[in-house]
Amino acid sequence: MAYSHDKNIIVEIIDLHKWFGSFHVLKGINLHVHRGERIVICGPSGSGKSTLIRCINRLEEHQKGKIIVDGIELTNNVKNIEKIRSEVGMVFQHFNLFPHLTVLENLTLGPIWVRKMPKKEAEEIAMHFLEKVHIADQAHKYPGQLSGGQQQRVAIARSLCMSPKIMLFDEPTSALDPEMIKEVLDVMIELAQEGMTMIVVTHEMGFAKKVAHRVMFMDGGVIVESNPPEEFFSIPRHERTKLFLSQILH
Amino acid sequence: MEKGAEVKPPISDTTIAGWLKKNLFSTKLNSFLTIITLYYLWKTIPPFVKWAFLDSAWFTPPQMCRNIDGACWSVITKNIRFILFGFFPYDQQWRPLVAMLVLFGLLYYSKERHRWNRRLIYYWGVGLTIMAILMKGGIFGLTSVESTKWSGLPLTLLLSVFGLTAAYPLGVILALGRQSKMPAVKVLSIVYIELIRGVPLISLLFMGSIIFPLFLPEGITISKILRAQVAIILFTAAYIAEVVRGGLQAIPKGQYEAAASLGLNYYQTMRLVVLPQALKIVIPPTVSVLISAFKDTSLVVIIALYDVLKTTQTVLSDPHWMGFSREAYIFLAVLYFLGCFSMSQTSRKLERELNIER
Amino acid sequence: MIAVSKQSIEIETVREESVPFWLDTKKRAIFFQILVLLIVGVIVWYLASNTIENLHKQKIATGFGFLHKPASFEIGESPIPYSSSDTYAKALFVGALNTLKVSFIGIVVTVILGTFIGIARLSSNWLVSKLAATYIEVMQDIPVLLQLFFWYAIFYENLPPPRHAISPIKGVYLCNRGIIFPRLEYHPAYGYALTMLGITCIGIWLLRKWARKRQEATGKTFPLFRVSLAMVIGFPVAVWIAFGAPIMMDVPKIRGFNFTGGASLSPEFMALLLGLVLYTSAFVAEIVRAGIQSVSKGQWEAALALGLSHAQVLRLVVLPQALRVIVPPLTSQMLNLTKNSSLAVAIGYPDFVSVANTTINQTGQAIEGVALIMLVYLTFSLSTSAFMNWYNKKVKLVER
Repeated sequence: MAYSHDKNIIVEIIDLHKWFGSFHVLKGINLHVHRGERIVICGPSGSGKSTLIRCINRLEEHQKGKIIVDGIELTNNVKNIEKIRSEVGMVFQHFNLFPHLTVLENLTLGPIWVRKMPKKEAEEIAMHFLEKVHIADQAHKYPGQLSGGQQQRVAIARSLCMSPKIMLFDEPTSALDPEMIKEVLDVMIELAQEGMTMIVVTHEMGFAKKVAHRVMFMDGGVIVESNPPEEFFSIPRHERTKLFLSQILH
Repeated sequence: MEKGAEVKPPISDTTIAGWLKKNLFSTKLNSFLTIITLYYLWKTIPPFVKWAFLDSAWFTPPQMCRNIDGACWSVITKNIRFILFGFFPYDQQWRPLVAMLVLFGLLYYSKERHRWNRRLIYYWGVGLTIMAILMKGGIFGLTSVESTKWSGLPLTLLLSVFGLTAAYPLGVILALGRQSKMPAVKVLSIVYIELIRGVPLISLLFMGSIIFPLFLPEGITISKILRAQVAIILFTAAYIAEVVRGGLQAIPKGQYEAAASLGLNYYQTMRLVVLPQALKIVIPPTVSVLISAFKDTSLVVIIALYDVLKTTQTVLSDPHWMGFSREAYIFLAVLYFLGCFSMSQTSRKLERELNIER
Repeated sequence: MIAVSKQSIEIETVREESVPFWLDTKKRAIFFQILVLLIVGVIVWYLASNTIENLHKQKIATGFGFLHKPASFEIGESPIPYSSSDTYAKALFVGALNTLKVSFIGIVVTVILGTFIGIARLSSNWLVSKLAATYIEVMQDIPVLLQLFFWYAIFYENLPPPRHAISPIKGVYLCNRGIIFPRLEYHPAYGYALTMLGITCIGIWLLRKWARKRQEATGKTFPLFRVSLAMVIGFPVAVWIAFGAPIMMDVPKIRGFNFTGGASLSPEFMALLLGLVLYTSAFVAEIVRAGIQSVSKGQWEAALALGLSHAQVLRLVVLPQALRVIVPPLTSQMLNLTKNSSLAVAIGYPDFVSVANTTINQTGQAIEGVALIMLVYLTFSLSTSAFMNWYNKKVKLVER
């Protein structure tokens, strides 16, 4: 298959297959993501949804098929991998902030060492994004001193400091206490409204309805259904989708 | 939408060739390392096998050993009874043998956690009494054997097992003392623990063998073994204390508060609530202390006590068998390795089981 | 006003109602402590009085006067000049120096070897990883004293006499007198080269500060590691070449039944070093492995996701966290190695315990001797503990 030369397509996944040993976890995924598009992926555990987005920034390695990010193909070429990673931001379920660095240092690490920015410039950018996620007053605290919701917002700001073209979210609110989920979702909604391209793996269907252009249901390593939220939630077409929705929307 | 057709994973991941590629040759560096490692193994293992097994002598008299190139395992086989049992009277050596078997049996039985209950303590009590009777004799028609004749492997096991058993309660008391809010008790405990942990075991053994007799009034003597045993107990207790302290610190304050709010006093709180939890948590590091105690018994060589290391060295000082230290020490190394390895495997298994429960 | 005084009157009243002392928790604690101190005191007094009586009966001197008397025994090897007419104090000092010598070299080699094996244990190469695991398991389970005896026996029983010594590299000889190797003879050029080395080190330290400032200001990184390495090797060598590149080696030669010239390491020293290093490095390997594994995979992933290279991730994120976990047990092992060096007494290497042992045998003053041994090792232990406490406080991760 030829790559599409549409400059508007920022992530292109063509016939992607991945195995863990002999377990076939991704079975021929095809996906185009346009600039500014927001996709929510949902599905039961083991469906491959986390694996899929982790393949995009090479935290997992695919065995068959192609992944092209912003025109760069993802192969074993180390230079390509590092370039792609600086264009793709990722927010993890367990935040993964660096506990031995302050909040500010967590944010400036990437810009200083990857983008080779002077320290002052990096700190200005960091403070800008800390204000954006409403946590600028904690800049000199350590992650261990913050609540879960605060840590996740810092994690989002940390990825934003690299000015990524697309943000991946791997179940960003699954590890949070209920009262902190809203503060993180609000930040993600603001981000969406500013036009960031986002792929979000989550069970927060309210978020999907508000912000997603497309909602994808994955099961058993394939994309079962992919539709705009209005259609997805009201007229699911497949039995499996219907079953899943009935389990999570109660 | 799309249904994944039956696609096979890439061959390299699932066959033997695939395993080789992934584990031995995945990168250039790995391939290089594999090749030089295999080269060095090739250079060292076949000559060793030749020396140890192909050219070796196993049951020959010493003169024959000097004529061959290979290992002389006869130094072990011809002297095995002295190495294992030392000076214990030759015809009574079935007694320490049975005592050791009883000990191994008890240890093996105790490995399973579901057998840990009151009954186990009785079994150990009975077992230890049987071992003491077998070793000392004097009743039930067994001839009396003085403790000065206890030597070899039974002595090694005795020093380590009794060492740990007696050190354990002392260590627990010291750990509690260290946690205490009473300054006198706390200071005494800290001084003891830091003093003992800061000095090498050899200095305590010297103290035991030379200075303990000075502590006693005239006329009272204690046997050499007892002196060494006391030194080992005092030494091990300090290390147990540190291990138990770790366990005590892991108990959340809420446990103490709940016990207090029920009206339990200090001893009840410790006995019923805190210690059962703390001691369980630190089982793996406690086994580690036991393994160290087992290895450390070898130091009694230096104060001329005949544990299994010294009996071996006595054999090697016999002019007939001089010069075969390599073989003798390798045998001892295997012996110690088997003992320590089985203990550490048990410890790891216990650790896994305890972690699952948390 | 009135309300306050009413309250204070009530408090006063409660205070006056006294608690019988055997129920008062504070008084009970004091009573218990006095009891404990009394018991300990009585035991100590009993032991001490017996000891004094026994010493008197056996006509053994007390006190440290013996330190000024001549030692009348030789010491096998010594970093400073010593003869049997020197005092016991000097003999003990030589012993302490020998302990420090073997401990220091032992610690350096152990840390390097142990780190290497620990990293090998984590290698993705199955062969390398399994070999490292075998080494760790086996070496930990064999008593260190047994290992010492083994290496000692290898030297004395299995290595040839000097005339038939094995020579793995030209000029280096392995025989039952130890390892004999060529020694550099002094030449002014070496002195200048060493001075250059010192200057280079200061230069690198300054360079590091400059590179850091520059990076903060402009963002550009400087290949500090490679440049420092080149400087540390290049500059002293350049100075040495400038002086005509002299190499004056004192090469050992066979004369009669032994070697002359060169320098040697005795079999006692080598056996002690080998035994200590091989044993302790197995424990260090486990510590390094545990330290690296203690850093969760998520840290790697988050740092890689930002686009950092593997080397940067190691240096900026993983190693700082791993070192916090590694350093405390590592200092513990270094202390263990120092304490285990006391086993030198079993193979005749004249460390502090050996010399003290000889002293005790000659003077009969066991208490002073053992007390000295304990004092010396306690000094090592307590200073190491102090260092560790300081380090832990300094790098403690800040939490709520």
